[in-house]
Amino acid sequence: MSEMWTAKLRNKWQKNLPIEKLLPDDQPAYVASWIYVFGVLTLSALAMIIFSGVILAFEGPAWYHTSDSGKFVNSLHFWSVQLFFVFMVIHLWGKFWMAAWRGKRFATWATGAVAFIASIATAFTGYLVQTNFDSQWISFEAKDGFNSVGVGAWFTVTNLGQMLLLHVAFLPLILGAITVVHVLMVRKRGVVPPIDADPSLLSEVK
Amino acid sequence: MSTAKQVFDAAPWTGKTKRYDIIKEGTIALVFVVILTIILSLFMGSPDETPLTFKGWAQSNSDNFYATAVQELAGTSGTATYGAPYNKAADGLNLGPLWLQKWAGVTHPIDSVNDFVISPLSTQVMSTDIASALATWNAATAVQKHVWATTYDDAIAKVEGKLSEVPAGAYGPVPVLAQGLTDMAKAGALDAALLSQGGFFQTDNTKQILFFGDGAYLDDAGTNANLQGGTWGMMNETGRYPGQAWLWLYSFWYQIPPFNNEESKPIGANADAYIMVLMGVLSLGLILIPVIPGIKNLPMRIPIHRGIWRDYYRSQPARKPKN
Repeated sequence: MSEMWTAKLRNKWQKNLPIEKLLPDDQPAYVASWIYVFGVLTLSALAMIIFSGVILAFEGPAWYHTSDSGKFVNSLHFWSVQLFFVFMVIHLWGKFWMAAWRGKRFATWATGAVAFIASIATAFTGYLVQTNFDSQWISFEAKDGFNSVGVGAWFTVTNLGQMLLLHVAFLPLILGAITVVHVLMVRKRGVVPPIDADPSLLSEVK
Repeated sequence: MSTAKQVFDAAPWTGKTKRYDIIKEGTIALVFVVILTIILSLFMGSPDETPLTFKGWAQSNSDNFYATAVQELAGTSGTATYGAPYNKAADGLNLGPLWLQKWAGVTHPIDSVNDFVISPLSTQVMSTDIASALATWNAATAVQKHVWATTYDDAIAKVEGKLSEVPAGAYGPVPVLAQGLTDMAKAGALDAALLSQGGFFQTDNTKQILFFGDGAYLDDAGTNANLQGGTWGMMNETGRYPGQAWLWLYSFWYQIPPFNNEESKPIGANADAYIMVLMGVLSLGLILIPVIPGIKNLPMRIPIHRGIWRDYYRSQPARKPKN
């Protein structure tokens, strides 16, 4: 039985990430700062981006130009992206000053950093599919950067169809997957202890 | 080998804990973000500048459109002289011995003469003089076409684009073709013709965008909207909206030497390529911060963490001095 791949995976999952870690009802007392809320705020903004983005996807990229409700949904998408980046950058800086990669948390930091980069790519393609003057301008200007290193041969910023598919399908999948892994890493390792936390004093502060 | 502190940092916390409702926290955060987003959307809206059209260009600045059409025929426009991935007219940018742009090849071929002028014109019901000019153009040799078009392009350049001052000359059918395309654009027929290129389903706007960029219309609009690269335009947005502020670092390099000086070789002249690689390296650096000496120790040396964990440090008993 233990040789079964399924059983091995289940056992490994239960060992590393039991439900008590995934959905905890307590946490270290040192987690007591507003800086900690920016992770969950980032996730909340991402949820809002996906929600508004799905509506926009159903109606098509040009819907919001001619419809008041479309304009409102587009505004929800626009502002949730702005909030997403504000929250994420504060979260990232907070984790940097906590040196949050300590204690075998390198993968947690790395997935967060990759998620930040993937977010920039996703937002960038979003600006390209607005089907307005911005899209015209950004695609004309941005092509030179990508062309200069050969990437433009396949990543064609002036190709609305390609950018639209990348923006609504491929990049959100990548970003979503990285985000899930990042959150699972956080749950698995827990919140990093204070930088000067002294193991010998644990019993005294408990 | 792991130190006791490293083992401690990695181990599950066994010190003081407190109650924590992760679902409640997530729900409150989501409601907060939803309300904030709705408020911002209701009161601020979102940017949506109407896209430019060839009709608008030809009607508002027909001389510039006309001159650009001549450049497309002469092969002197930005697109015609670009290089990969559109054509082989230039080697493109390089990173020292690395000619990545050239090596990637022509994957998106654009023939500015036919794609931008001759083919769109040919799709129209045309007057006798345009039909005759097209026939003359199509029957001419490549050398003859080039001589006609470049001679006319030079003549226009000499009078700085003032078409009424261009002297008569041996320009062949070029003036009629350029005027025909200008009239076609003014009527609003060029936008669709450039996109469709004779087909039905099209989702690629590359030809339209590049043709736009060859003239002054798009560039002027970008300047007026404060979107030029030299003024941090990459992170600006039309109107009074926040743009892609997260591109500040990418935009930053374009503001400083040698990147902002095209005359400076090799970096300034190839700024796009160097900045692209630089940002790639910096992005990798962001991911690898935990293993970069110096940077990884900054949080320990600059005690911002004392503020983040102030409750914890306050609750700690005073350390006993080491003997």
